[in-house]
Amino acid sequence: MAKTEIAEAKPSVGLFVTCLVDLIRPSVGFAAVKLLEEAGCKVEVPRAQTCCGQPAYNSGDKKDAHELALNTIAAFEGYDYVVAPSGSCAGMLSHHYPELLGDNPETAERAHAFAKKAHELVSFLVDVRGIKKVDIKYSGRVTYHDSCAGLRELGIKDQPRKLLKSIQGLKLQEMDEAEICCGFGGTFCIKYPDISNAIVEKKTANITASKSDCLLAGDLGCLMNMAGKLSREGRQMDVRHVAEVLAGMTDEPAIGANGGES
Amino acid sequence: MKPQSRAFKTNATQALTNEPLKKALGGIKHGFVANRARARANLPEFEQLRDEAKAVKEHTLAHLDLYLEEYEKKVTASGGHVHWAPTASDAREAILKICQDAGAKTVTKGKTMIGEEIAINDYLEDAGITPVETDLGEYLIQIRNEAPSHIIAPAIHLTKDQVEADFRKLHTSLPYDRVLEEPAQLVAEARKMLREQFLAADVGITGANLLIAETGTSVIVTNEGNGDLTQCLPRVHIVIASIEKTVPTLEDANTILRVLARSATGQECSTYTTFTTGPKRPEDPDGPEEYHVVLLDNGRTEMLGSEFHDMLRCIRCGACMNHCPVYGAVGGHAYGWVYPGPMGAVLTPSLIGIDEAGHLPNASTFCGRCEAVCPMRIPLPKMMRHYREREYEKGNTPHRYKLGLKLWAFAAKRYRLYQALTGLAIPLMARFGKRSGRFRTIPLAGGWTRHRDLPAPQGKTFQQLWREKEAKS
Ligand code: SF4
Repeated sequence: MAKTEIAEAKPSVGLFVTCLVDLIRPSVGFAAVKLLEEAGCKVEVPRAQTCCGQPAYNSGDKKDAHELALNTIAAFEGYDYVVAPSGSCAGMLSHHYPELLGDNPETAERAHAFAKKAHELVSFLVDVRGIKKVDIKYSGRVTYHDSCAGLRELGIKDQPRKLLKSIQGLKLQEMDEAEICCGFGGTFCIKYPDISNAIVEKKTANITASKSDCLLAGDLGCLMNMAGKLSREGRQMDVRHVAEVLAGMTDEPAIGANGGES
Repeated sequence: MKPQSRAFKTNATQALTNEPLKKALGGIKHGFVANRARARANLPEFEQLRDEAKAVKEHTLAHLDLYLEEYEKKVTASGGHVHWAPTASDAREAILKICQDAGAKTVTKGKTMIGEEIAINDYLEDAGITPVETDLGEYLIQIRNEAPSHIIAPAIHLTKDQVEADFRKLHTSLPYDRVLEEPAQLVAEARKMLREQFLAADVGITGANLLIAETGTSVIVTNEGNGDLTQCLPRVHIVIASIEKTVPTLEDANTILRVLARSATGQECSTYTTFTTGPKRPEDPDGPEEYHVVLLDNGRTEMLGSEFHDMLRCIRCGACMNHCPVYGAVGGHAYGWVYPGPMGAVLTPSLIGIDEAGHLPNASTFCGRCEAVCPMRIPLPKMMRHYREREYEKGNTPHRYKLGLKLWAFAAKRYRLYQALTGLAIPLMARFGKRSGRFRTIPLAGGWTRHRDLPAPQGKTFQQLWREKEAKS
């Protein structure tokens, strides 16, 4: 990492692990910790976190979403920043909490203060910490899918590409329609599986046509959806969270892969 | 049109296997979407223009009563008549009465979504009056006895080959071996067939893209010129429009027209933009003798000031559906009523009720592309979420789904319990999935594994691993 750009004082970062990373792919969490520490942050993982509440919020269950939001805010009270390896969860923390908690002036104020310090991992590294490159090697062609919330709620587009392009040996091959939804949509893929499938089929066709050997994105939900479809289609393609590649932590088997055993 | 929105899921699943539909929908990307992007890139102030257009509508809606009164005054002063229609049936009755008073047998129609909303064609037919659609897309679906599947391109679900086949079957007076390859040839043929109808019609019905309060003018935009013939040739012209089409001034109308065509088709301006004020004046060479405006409310005043107020800014450009992955997969008919896509997912429950249209606001991935392209910056996903909240409160959320959500939320709100449970379940699941790294089927997750594998967890949860690491150091 380009240490020169990093401010002297070490800001404290509470890592919001996200429920999917916690349960399905902890290595993404460790990659996030490594990247944040290399960017000069002091990282802690508060225990009192579970999920940001988005499944409840998007299902119309405002009451549970409300309680989960307040729990999350309380868990991260003491940190300078809250960082999540997901655009969708970070969007929930920074854009939707103020809306969800806006009815009451006291919770509204807390939500606003919290929202200001909440960030998605890669955009935090680039925009807040001023990281311009990562000093690692990687050999292969990768393609990057822009997950919807990260792209449209948080404006994450150039930041991951900038860091990926700085990696020696990595070739970034853009796919067609990288900005179009993969069809995951949280509970959408469970409620409307056939429509979700039609959307992800278009996505995997674009991924395959990019002739890359690895698919990256910043959200584990979308990655699991695309990885699951690619493997069902019998395609040979590694699927990873962008943080794993940026941190140089690609020893773990890719998402949905078995690490060579059969 | 009787709403079929309750059957959204079944209709959508059927649509997904309809090959001609897939082909037709595939064309949107290179058509509307690419053209809009080009139009936007060619106009540096486009984003600013969106803000201005939005401000015009916001202002109008805040004073809608005043502008509607002003509009009525001006229409009356120019010799026209305004008919207030609180409901769809009021509108139908008003239109039928005007037609009957005119002794009408045939009515030509320009494209009007309000006409679809109040199902005017069936009503007129039942009363012995023949409605003839003159917009090519509407003409096509009328001969096929179908509903529109898109608000600006009603026959977008049809491929050129299907249209050609229909024309050969229907227009038997024309030589069978005529060439019908280019869209322009199809348009020309439809024109030829419609010419007599235009001349024979007693009444012409059009919609309106805008109503201008300052002058009492109605505005339509078309690309075929059929709207002008529809409103100029017959003796009576009826405009049917909903109340939120109003804007204060000509200048405001211009602001909206500049974003409308660009957002809809990517044109800088539609081929025909027609401003109509009152009936024919003595010095005019042509025009209708009577000019009527039927102003429809049909639930819109209820939306004013509600969580769905912003939806009334909609100018019916169709950009939201053109960019919607769900619409792109299932097409417009699956939505089961007049308004499809993201705008329909908000408007349909507002107009026909959430019990009827419950699926629509749920059938969205919340990808946000609709809001990103909407010229009026309508927060469509947010309003769909509000409908989901209403459904949840009303108990419309499916029982099994709600139960799952409740159990999950119960645990997620208690982090110790949550971590104890996931700390047991996840490593176990990881053990089962270790061999292949994924699951091909999994109980209770059939929706997922029907179409794709489920990646297996790596092993312990992050929380477990992190606490272990902390304990060591
Ligand atoms: S909601 Fe917006 S994008 Fe959709 S039709 Fe209306 S104005 Fe156009």
